[in-house]
Amino acid sequence: MSLLVNKVQNLLQSLGKGFLSNVEAFGRGSLFMWSLLLAIPSVFFRFDLLLKQIYVAGVLSLPIILMAGLFIGMVLSLQGYTILVKFSAEEAVGTMTALSLLREIGPVVGGLLFAGRAGSALTAEIGLMRSTEQISALEMMAVDPLKFVYAPRFLAMIIALPLLVLIFNALGVFGGYLVSVSWLGVDSGAFWSQMSSEVDWREDVVNGMIKSVAFGFLIAIVALFQGVNAIPTSEGVSNATTRTVVHASLGILGLDFVLTSVMFT
Amino acid sequence: MKKQTKVEIWVGAFVLMSLMALVYIAFQVSNFSGLKDKPTYEVSALFDNIGGLKKRASLKMSGVVIGRITAIEIDPVSFKARVHMQIDQAFNELPMDSSVSILTSGLLGDQYVGLDPGGDEEVLEQGSEIEMTQSAMVLEELIGQFLVKFSESD
Amino acid sequence: MTESTETLIEIKNLTFSRGSRKIFDDITLSIPKGKITAIMGPSGSGKTTLLKLIAGQLKPDSGKVTVEGLNVHQLSRKKIYQLRRKMGMLFQSGALLTDLNVFDNVAFPLREHTKLPEEMLEALVLMKLQAVGLRGAKHLMPSELSGGMSRRVALARGIALDPEMIFYDEPFVGQDPITKGVLVKLIKTLNDSLDLTSVMVSHDVDEVMMIADYICVVSEGKLIAQGTKEEMLKESTGYVNQFIKGLPDGPVPFHFPTVSYVEDLTSSNKSSLL
Repeated sequence: MSLLVNKVQNLLQSLGKGFLSNVEAFGRGSLFMWSLLLAIPSVFFRFDLLLKQIYVAGVLSLPIILMAGLFIGMVLSLQGYTILVKFSAEEAVGTMTALSLLREIGPVVGGLLFAGRAGSALTAEIGLMRSTEQISALEMMAVDPLKFVYAPRFLAMIIALPLLVLIFNALGVFGGYLVSVSWLGVDSGAFWSQMSSEVDWREDVVNGMIKSVAFGFLIAIVALFQGVNAIPTSEGVSNATTRTVVHASLGILGLDFVLTSVMFT
Repeated sequence: MKKQTKVEIWVGAFVLMSLMALVYIAFQVSNFSGLKDKPTYEVSALFDNIGGLKKRASLKMSGVVIGRITAIEIDPVSFKARVHMQIDQAFNELPMDSSVSILTSGLLGDQYVGLDPGGDEEVLEQGSEIEMTQSAMVLEELIGQFLVKFSESD
Repeated sequence: MTESTETLIEIKNLTFSRGSRKIFDDITLSIPKGKITAIMGPSGSGKTTLLKLIAGQLKPDSGKVTVEGLNVHQLSRKKIYQLRRKMGMLFQSGALLTDLNVFDNVAFPLREHTKLPEEMLEALVLMKLQAVGLRGAKHLMPSELSGGMSRRVALARGIALDPEMIFYDEPFVGQDPITKGVLVKLIKTLNDSLDLTSVMVSHDVDEVMMIADYICVVSEGKLIAQGTKEEMLKESTGYVNQFIKGLPDGPVPFHFPTVSYVEDLTSSNKSSLL
């Protein structure tokens, strides 16, 4: 009997402990986010730092985004064509490709790739800066790392992802055009006219962009938080990098469901 | 400082690329050039049956898009479908006795609302109701009628 | 302190713990202006932590640190940053910003805190690099420098803003004898020529003895001794003697505390094994 009581007690204890540590992490995360948001205005006085970080987060992610966008657009329209051709509706392949890219695949896949490319790099960079005492050195040189290191990177990620997603989408549609019109022989006029009559600027394009901004925000917060809280050893930094990719990816998929259910129903 | 200019050039190219992508998406892929930001006025019409008509379907006159369906609801008095549509302010002299019908583009295509202008002096304006409507053709009913006629003529 | 020198940094009843481990337990010491003070102690005694406490990067559990009469841990964020402009710190790894070259690293604090014209800035940076003997390495990236060289660059960066005090975190650890000699000479000449107050954290007894004016010995969270170099050398018994002479046995025993050897050998479970 007492053994059972003990077990229940232990269970409750570990449950409570887990809950409290989660609450604590959430609290620290919120505080960190708040101080980041407060530091953002300072970035506008240091445009050079912002540009550098947009280069690191955006330009360096371009190759992967370009390749992925083109191929995903091509695959989408190839798959769409084989299904639609059974209903003699193969002209709708452009509409299908464009809608799925703009609404879901562009922001989500773009976000996942961005988390893997730029998010993990950011966590590793911050972790290394901490383990090599660069952050401490900045503090000692009376330079606030929040304003000099974190805020520019944060803002740059939020700016870079929507721009990357735009390029991803455009290339995806172009890839779809290549496959369905140049290869499978769909009529080019029908391809474009159906697409532009079905795809709505506000409902599809703008909503997709809102999603990508939200994902950029999420990835930036996760990556920075993990970097700042990484244990400053090589093992700690590599763990934090993995956590960034996992948490950010799951976060994107979860947030995507929430946003989709708010926007498209 | 040479490094900084390289960064600036790359970021400039990146932003330019995304702007081009935005323009491409806006004008080639979506209907940005459509009716979104032009002034419109709203009219409504009662239909017995709207078939597969959906929100955001287009309103056409002689095949040219002049507006969009903004909402579809059941009229609480007549229990018929009330369809609200926005018409571009450029077409603000449509006669009051115009009629609307629900049509299908192609055999299996999307449904849209077609507007046939009448000859009245009075014109449609914000909040007007179009009286003359023709419901959607429902394929099952059509086949049913055909079968009845076919057996009658036998 | 025996001499009547002005005190720059004063630490009073400082207690600091990390988790359940007490790193400092009620430490009180003062650091005189214009001299080189060494804080010595075995590895893991939290000497680096002490520097971070002085600079206000960490907050103590109790006690206070005053620098130039200001209580560091009660200052606003802005005031702390103002105070830090008067401080330079040389980190163990050098902590150079890895994406800037040597010149830009030294120029960094100047660019951040002053609006000097580019020519004047260049002259200043070259002057600082000349002082550490690395003017010729100004185009190298931190990854191309040896450990000793990056420490010297970090030193040039530390004195870029002409601070009033400079902290050295283990400046000699892991360096070859020549580099050690160079660093010893640099610390001494910089201290004398720039009228700095130097605080050095180290366990390299020989090097410290060459240049330090005052020595504090810290062990297991307590301040064990403080005084001038000569006073320390005169100490012939106890912990300070063992530490300074590097004796294997003394107040810090050679053997990790356990039961006696005989007891261990004759204990019952051991004999059952045989």
